Amino acid sequence: MRLTRRKRENPRLMPLRAQKDPGRGVFTRRALLFMAVQVGAIGELAHRLYGLQINDGDHYARMAASNRISKRLLAPPRGRIVDRFGLPLASNKENWRALLMPEETTDVAGTIERFSAIIPLDERDRSRIAREMRHQRRFVPVMLRDFLSWDEMARIELNAPSLPGVLIDVGTRRVYPDGELMAHIVGYVAPPNEQDVAHSTLLSLPGMRVGRAGIEQNQDEQLRGTAGSVEMEVNAVGRVMSELNRVEGMPGDEVSLTLDRGLQQKVLNHIGDQTASAVVLDCHNGEVLAMVSTPSFDPSLFDSGVSHAQWIEWTNNQHTPLINKAVAGVYPPGSTFKPAVAMAALQARSVSPTDRVFCPGYLDVGGTRFHCWSRWGHGSVDMHDALKYSCDVYFYEIARRVGMDRIAQTANQFGLGVPLDIELPHTRDGLIPTPAWRKAHHHHWNGGDTIVSGIGQGFVQVTPLQLATYTARIATGRAVSPHLIRAVNGTVGEKASPDHWPALDIPDPHLKVIRDGMFAVVNEPHGTAPKARLDLPDMLMAGKTGSAQVRHVSRALRESGHFNSASLPWEYRPHALFICFAPYDAPRYAAAVVIEHGNTGAEAAAPLARDIMRDALLRDPSNRTTPPPESVADAGPTIE
Amino acid sequence: MNRRTRFHKRLLRAEPSFRILAKLWRISWLYVLLIGALAGVGYITLYSAGGGMPYPFAMPQAIRFAIGLVLMICVALLPPRILAMAAAPVYGLSLVLLVAVLHMGHVGKGAERWLMIGGIQVQPSEFAKIALVLALAAWFSRISYARMANPLWLVPPALMVLVPVALVLKEPNLGTAVIIGGVGASLFFAAGMRLWLIGLLALPVPYALKLAYSHLHDYQRARITTFMNPESDPLGAGYNIIQSKIALGSGGMWGQGYLHGSQGQLNFLPEKQTDFIFTMIAEEWGFVGAAVVLALLLLLILGGMTMAICSRNRFGRLVALGISMNFFFYCLVNLSMVMGAIPVGGVPLPLVSYGGSAMLNVMLGFGLLLSTWVHRNSHFGENLTRPDA
Repeated sequence: MRLTRRKRENPRLMPLRAQKDPGRGVFTRRALLFMAVQVGAIGELAHRLYGLQINDGDHYARMAASNRISKRLLAPPRGRIVDRFGLPLASNKENWRALLMPEETTDVAGTIERFSAIIPLDERDRSRIAREMRHQRRFVPVMLRDFLSWDEMARIELNAPSLPGVLIDVGTRRVYPDGELMAHIVGYVAPPNEQDVAHSTLLSLPGMRVGRAGIEQNQDEQLRGTAGSVEMEVNAVGRVMSELNRVEGMPGDEVSLTLDRGLQQKVLNHIGDQTASAVVLDCHNGEVLAMVSTPSFDPSLFDSGVSHAQWIEWTNNQHTPLINKAVAGVYPPGSTFKPAVAMAALQARSVSPTDRVFCPGYLDVGGTRFHCWSRWGHGSVDMHDALKYSCDVYFYEIARRVGMDRIAQTANQFGLGVPLDIELPHTRDGLIPTPAWRKAHHHHWNGGDTIVSGIGQGFVQVTPLQLATYTARIATGRAVSPHLIRAVNGTVGEKASPDHWPALDIPDPHLKVIRDGMFAVVNEPHGTAPKARLDLPDMLMAGKTGSAQVRHVSRALRESGHFNSASLPWEYRPHALFICFAPYDAPRYAAAVVIEHGNTGAEAAAPLARDIMRDALLRDPSNRTTPPPESVADAGPTIE
Repeated sequence: MNRRTRFHKRLLRAEPSFRILAKLWRISWLYVLLIGALAGVGYITLYSAGGGMPYPFAMPQAIRFAIGLVLMICVALLPPRILAMAAAPVYGLSLVLLVAVLHMGHVGKGAERWLMIGGIQVQPSEFAKIALVLALAAWFSRISYARMANPLWLVPPALMVLVPVALVLKEPNLGTAVIIGGVGASLFFAAGMRLWLIGLLALPVPYALKLAYSHLHDYQRARITTFMNPESDPLGAGYNIIQSKIALGSGGMWGQGYLHGSQGQLNFLPEKQTDFIFTMIAEEWGFVGAAVVLALLLLLILGGMTMAICSRNRFGRLVALGISMNFFFYCLVNLSMVMGAIPVGGVPLPLVSYGGSAMLNVMLGFGLLLSTWVHRNSHFGENLTRPDA
């Protein structure tokens, strides 16, 4: 068998070995070269491996751990808000949601179609679902609809066979059992926006909400709680394999308010459909027992998003449903300011309570005539009578004597025109004007400005809460400040104790003159507010009416004798105000009522204030630890 | 002449029917033991890759290894004469399969085409490597060393290399094409290609590479660019390299422990049972375990090369060298790939990675290798045949 032919070399001339196997030497050398290369290559691989595993081992071990372990935050339940007796004002309710697990269905679009035949999905839902579907892995569920009712869940369960991959789970939603009743105080929550999320990673968790108004906003941090975390071992596609470690979060604190839900409800009932606000305080410690502003709104609408039309309707409404008028509504106090002017005069010792001023129905100062509300005047009045009749001329005169600076000083001391430390956002401070303030706005302070300020008109503006605080301070002589938070997680704050509040630097006799004057307003003959008299045995109330003009009344109109504010359009009628405290001999509750464009304090506000005070006295929330049963509350007073 | 050799010569003289026994005796059982050890590593690792269960990977692989072992020993008994005769038809068959797979093959992950023949997956590109080694060895042993000086004699074998390389590139399987080319080139070199010719041919190589790059598929280019900067696309094309390096690195010196490698067990490792199986070994057994496997591979390679050098016939030498180089390139490409030293390509780790076609082809190669060892004293092809070989 001839496999090779040699032409150039004569086999006979070659050594036997080379002749037998030419090229073997070359082969061996080259094979050895290959072997050296092989050893070198494998050695280089080993060296590289050593570098990876030993030199950089720690680095890669950390990377492996971060690959493996996924840390997730657990959303803490938001703290409840309860009234002073523990009745829930804001709490969490189960939110049943329908989720779709895309990997468990072969036909995602079809499943969504069949689902929407059972539970209608609107355009917004559909685009959100499509968006989430694009961004998420197939084993991460996508929410189809939340806030499912029992009926809807039953329908889904019934159709489960045709809805592969659809499952129902439960989250939480914020509920406000009393809705409009508490909306202004409790506020509402809404999904966090991008800025919120940038501030706190906790908020990026699904279902987290941010307080957007009221206590929900003011106490947001307390209510939010702290996040728990869970460390999970995940595989490459992120599916959870096992749970390694779990740290439970702290639920948000439970915030107890000073409010009495029952009293709040009664106040709202009394106000009815008037545009008004009312505040009831505990005189001794400033606890806000009721704070109502009407009209109101439904706070639960915010949890899922308010429609544009609804929002426009709210913001364009001249009755301003979204504004808490008790803290953010500013009104000229009108005659309710007179006790402060009287107090300023007493403090300044420019007037003694017995000094008399003659009221002919007007006062001429510097060529301008200032009218008393009574065309015929009140004759000669001292301070007591002036408060009782609400004689304008008397207060024009003493305001002129005392001067605006001292009036403002006393008014501020009583809480008018100054910020009150109430736990609500979006409050307004009102204004007690002074010559300095006027100057700061590049205007000259006229003597007439002081005179009209003497009856709480002109630039003077206060909030209902300030009026209630002012009344409480008159009643007790203590510098109580209104507050809404009574306890956090059951620990009652120090503000609840009357001793926390220092006495005002005002002599008792001075206070007594004012209190007596306010007593006379309600209880003496010819007082301005006989309608405010309580129909409770042994219970007497002191108060002061106020009718604040919102429009200048021309002399011609006034002298025509046909001036009747009730015939004016609603928005031009005067505001009706009333402040009061009771019981007169041992003050416990103070209240302020402002009815927007309610015409006269005596006719509109006083009866309302009486009804409110009657309920406050009957329920007597400050002396109770449990809410009174309705029947008992109506039976009679508990304090003697 | 040691006792062992003397014994089997006596055996052969005693009775011709003992020839098979004698040949079995001449098989390097130490080498078979090394092969078995590597397959054992494969079994253990596949057991772990299967989540600590013999199925779906470890048991089928063991069965394939057993079949492969029988095949290997059968091939080892074939004399070089038959092997050389078979070279041409086997090579032809491999080309037919390569063409067939282009037209009716199944595609997996952009490369690795296979044919279904009788319910068995056949990867023609694996088979083509063995066929090419046989064909080149037959050709080079037919022409003498002297004729290697004439470039004309090298044109047919060059075509024998380029045709399968082109077909495999068209699949497209860059990794295997490179290995086929490398094996062919090393056979040219070992057969005695003159150095001046090599130098002449090396000149246009840079231009050829440039041209080749422009013809690469997008996914192949992506592999190259992400190889240069794997972090540029950590969840996309760079994912494999990054996760593989994390797995290797987190193994440390002693490993995370058998069945406890987090990267592999939690599926961060891509294709952990095939291409990236070495990563699992390194993760679970650490540098120590990986080094043992490297040593095992090196022993198998060097053992094969030694067999090549020891063969007294040109055909056997070239077959053994081709098979060893094939095995070496296989290991080199796979290991470099998992260590992030070269762009990723679908090349498994021989004997360890899960896969029937690769396993059978590797065992076929070892059969050829052992055949050259068994018949190392044959003077086949030298016109000086001895009756006893």
